[in-house]
Amino acid sequence: MNKRSFAQNTAFGIFWLTGATAVLIMVFVVGYIMVKGLPGISADFFTTSPRGGLSGEGGIYSTIVTTFYMIVVTLAFATPLGVGAAIYLTEYSANTESRVVRKLVILARFGVETLAGVPSIIFGLFGYALFVTALNMGFSILSASLAGACLIIPVIIRTTEEALKSVPAGYREGSLALGANRWETTWKVVLPAAFRGISTGVLLSAGRIVSETAIFFVTLGGSYRVPHSLMSGGRTMALHVYYLAMETRAFDKAMSTAAVLVGMIILMNLIINTITSRISAKQG
Amino acid sequence: MTPGIRRTGIEKTMKMVLMISALASVLIVLLIFLFTAKEAMPAFREIGIGKMLSDTTWRPGNNQFGILAMIAGSGLVTLGAVFIGVPLALGTAVFLSEIAPLWVAKIVRPSIELLAGIPSVVYGLFGMVVIVPWVRMIPAPGNTGYGLLSASIVLAVMVLPTIANISEFAVRSVPRGYKEGSMALGATKWETISRVIIPAAKPGIISAVVLGLGRALGETIAMIMVIGNSVILPTPVTSNPLSIFLSRARTLTGNIAVEISYATGVHESALFATGVILFILIMLVNSSARFLMRKGARS
Amino acid sequence: MSKLETEVTRMKAEDYCLFYGNFRALNNISIEIPTNRITAFIGPSGCGKSTLLRSFNRMNDLIPGVTTTGTVYLDGRNVAQEDVVELRKNVGMVFQRPNPFPKSIFDNVAYGPRLHGTRNRSDLAVLVEKSLKRAALWEEVKDDLHKSGMSLSGGQQQRLCIARAIAVEPEVILMDEPASALDPVATLRIEELMNELKKNYTIAIVTHNMQQAGRVSDYTAFLLTDENRAGNLIEFGPTKQIFTTPSDSRTEDYISGRFG
Repeated sequence: MNKRSFAQNTAFGIFWLTGATAVLIMVFVVGYIMVKGLPGISADFFTTSPRGGLSGEGGIYSTIVTTFYMIVVTLAFATPLGVGAAIYLTEYSANTESRVVRKLVILARFGVETLAGVPSIIFGLFGYALFVTALNMGFSILSASLAGACLIIPVIIRTTEEALKSVPAGYREGSLALGANRWETTWKVVLPAAFRGISTGVLLSAGRIVSETAIFFVTLGGSYRVPHSLMSGGRTMALHVYYLAMETRAFDKAMSTAAVLVGMIILMNLIINTITSRISAKQG
Repeated sequence: MTPGIRRTGIEKTMKMVLMISALASVLIVLLIFLFTAKEAMPAFREIGIGKMLSDTTWRPGNNQFGILAMIAGSGLVTLGAVFIGVPLALGTAVFLSEIAPLWVAKIVRPSIELLAGIPSVVYGLFGMVVIVPWVRMIPAPGNTGYGLLSASIVLAVMVLPTIANISEFAVRSVPRGYKEGSMALGATKWETISRVIIPAAKPGIISAVVLGLGRALGETIAMIMVIGNSVILPTPVTSNPLSIFLSRARTLTGNIAVEISYATGVHESALFATGVILFILIMLVNSSARFLMRKGARS
Repeated sequence: MSKLETEVTRMKAEDYCLFYGNFRALNNISIEIPTNRITAFIGPSGCGKSTLLRSFNRMNDLIPGVTTTGTVYLDGRNVAQEDVVELRKNVGMVFQRPNPFPKSIFDNVAYGPRLHGTRNRSDLAVLVEKSLKRAALWEEVKDDLHKSGMSLSGGQQQRLCIARAIAVEPEVILMDEPASALDPVATLRIEELMNELKKNYTIAIVTHNMQQAGRVSDYTAFLLTDENRAGNLIEFGPTKQIFTTPSDSRTEDYISGRFG
């Protein structure tokens, strides 16, 4: 008997240790970035643009602007497409009799699953070949957003599907029974009810754009100037970290920029968690 | 037009529009594959796929385009990451689903969520300023710290959330009846976990590891930052075979990212060919993970 | 007609209360489970009969937030002070839904004995055969012991679970609606088996099927929730007496199908 509880205590001790290690890694990574990065951050850091130079003088103003552009333009491409796809998959094709539609759904799901597994450098390569070169858009916010949209479409589809599925069937039945058709029901009843869930998906996608580097490394050009149109190149904050570390070798500035990035990600996680816990509180 | 007809018209149009959006993903996948494959054609034709896969020399100036060294680099760094990351990830998954009290889970789970959210460039930076100097302290000829070991450590942390989350889900999906049945026979909690729950969750756990593998193979930026990027076939630097991990290397992903912006002609095409091979490799890995998961769900 | 006074008590609950957090699920239950008899717990859904059953092998310990007062005894020893592993070895359990492990038939039955230290392959084989025979499953599976326990029919799975419980040689077997997920033929087989088993074991069974309680049990306990939704023991006695001349009008109402 003692041997059995000894085995249990030993095993559980190891599991507690792994759990603690996961937390410690997080604390160490985030803590290190913050401790090294925060001292270099001041108001100027946010309001001045990088000036190039050997030690990476200047702040990150233009990279914030570019990041913001990238988020807005990418979401503008991906959100309607992703939400539309999710609506079709959950609202229009559930319980369908038609064999053609069923085949289409299987095909569409295969597409989403595959797309979700494509590594981002492949999106970059694709964007480089199609948008930058073939369509002559050059290294630009437009090229990079189109390539970036491919990355987040599966994210938006999945979260929107979850959100739509959690809308009670009674809402739909109530609306359909009043003579509303599928689209009217979806637009006026289902989408508003799923709004919070969908917005977490959009926020999650914005986080992905903020974090993404590989795609933009080969499609956005890397100019540190403030972009003036969709056809301008630029660098996002994440890309700026890369250039500062790898080319300028300005590790202090890179750390400060990384601290801003990590701060943004933490903030987004907090917002998403708040929204999700409110949703589950409402449903529970 | 009467309102009724207009309404039906909108319904039909929307149905079409939505269906097209649903198929957009397939279209994108198809476009990606066709475009990369088309750009890769000249390389496949002029160099030959067999030669590319078997040659270790990548010297674009010399018209030599072997990617075996990069395949080895990607393979070894993934292996290293799995070796370090999997025990940690699986331990965390079992801990969270079966052992941790609620208040502890409330600390561990967000921590892992945050690890998943940290941008890969930040991991790369962290690797350069923290991990690389650590690895540099290992006495070995030519060890700069940049290389497979540093890259494996960084990558292990990056794939930890993926593997931990999916395998936690697999462990949680084990029917409660198994657990109760085992406990009712006088098994301790650990005996129940090790003899019933983990075996029952095995297909899900394996597919979690395979999916982690896919993610590891696809990682780009963090790898460029810490792996050294030398196009050499990694070899042990001392008599200890494990010292192969102190060797510098380059990944398939890194090869594309570093050279694409200035490559032209066959060189450019060879990079697209690298992309096609990577794409197929990752598709294979991911679909085998999905296959395992479905097989597990059925039994 | 059997008389409770002449029986040997195997298990006993005394002034037993159980709480989920602040909610009182069982209220002041006192009951004796006689040796080598079948005791049935009946009552409407949510009356606490399953919770009571699970108190005898402390399965409620697995649910966070459960607290209890009062005492449960096995052979006169307080189960709360027993080693829980030893207790569950002595008090086996069969669940509502057959829950064989995703292992072979052999490994399912050998699971418990292996835990408790039987490693020798031939000892295990003897034990597995004996247990499967007692559970009336041996003839059907003796050539397929390596097959997955999940490949059996529902009724066979439930008998496999009974064999699995028997294999650790318990004194008491608790059965939580063991036939509710089975078809009538499989149910009948389980009932016959229970009659066979009571020669060697003490059995307590929860059932919502009154005919079943009437058919198989020697003693019946009727539970009902009070106005606070806490489960109370209304009446306990020989099954014949409970079914023909209950002393409480609520028991009579339930038996005659007036509510529940």
